[in-house]
Amino acid sequence: MDTGNKKVGLISCSGEEIPEGTVCRLACRRVLDELKPHKTVTICLPLFIAGGEEERAFAASHPTITVDGCRKLCAARGTEMLSGKPSRSLLIPEILRRRGLATPSKRRDFGPKEDAVVREVAKEIAAVVDEILEEG
Amino acid sequence: MNKKQKKVVVLACSGIGKTYGALAREAAYELVERVRPGVTSLTCLPLLVVNDAEARHLVTENPVLTIDGCPRECARKSVEALGKVVDSPIQVIGFYTAHKNLKPEGVAKLNEAGRKLAMVAADELAAAVDELTQEKK
Repeated sequence: MDTGNKKVGLISCSGEEIPEGTVCRLACRRVLDELKPHKTVTICLPLFIAGGEEERAFAASHPTITVDGCRKLCAARGTEMLSGKPSRSLLIPEILRRRGLATPSKRRDFGPKEDAVVREVAKEIAAVVDEILEEG
Repeated sequence: MNKKQKKVVVLACSGIGKTYGALAREAAYELVERVRPGVTSLTCLPLLVVNDAEARHLVTENPVLTIDGCPRECARKSVEALGKVVDSPIQVIGFYTAHKNLKPEGVAKLNEAGRKLAMVAADELAAAVDELTQEKK
């Protein structure tokens, strides 16, 4: 598979209020750092407001995956409103349900049990990265 | 005015790309959960990006403390985009400047020095919270 130099943009909700937000951030970080380090880039969602034209062009410049921790869908809606329509929108509660994973009960200081959940979610995000790259 | 309206809203930078974003978030958790529980309220910054009505109301009707991780100041600017002046805008790097023995490292997870610095930051931010809650009385 030749995916060239194309990079997929990952935009995570920050979700400070809820454990699913922490899953979201850590799973995206794992994809960026370990699973797809040369095929993914990210941007902080609030930069669509605080940044300039370059930041707002992010979704136009990259096929983009948004990952949200709750049904308010801040990442998906914020990206579409301020930058461009994401290629895929993922929702943590749906991923956890599909994979039969329990929602972590705390929003920080994740241990081995919560890290295992993060790893599974990261695999699913990485698989979607591959799908997008294969689409060309 | 009820007690809920007196809470100081704490908004941390939502960065997932930099150590100081992680430090800002950890300091916010320390402030809200350990140092000043009950008088502070943490909310997700991206809710302001999508103009969520509940979050907008919370921010515009209460004193706000923002903790930013980089000079782009997403937290402060996201609040000010709503026409609200931030009562206490904080740059988290200032705490490292004042405590050079605690060098934060790590993005997904802060190192021990970073976690200690977040605790120190939250302890020092207590005065700002107290000032804001006094002003609201």
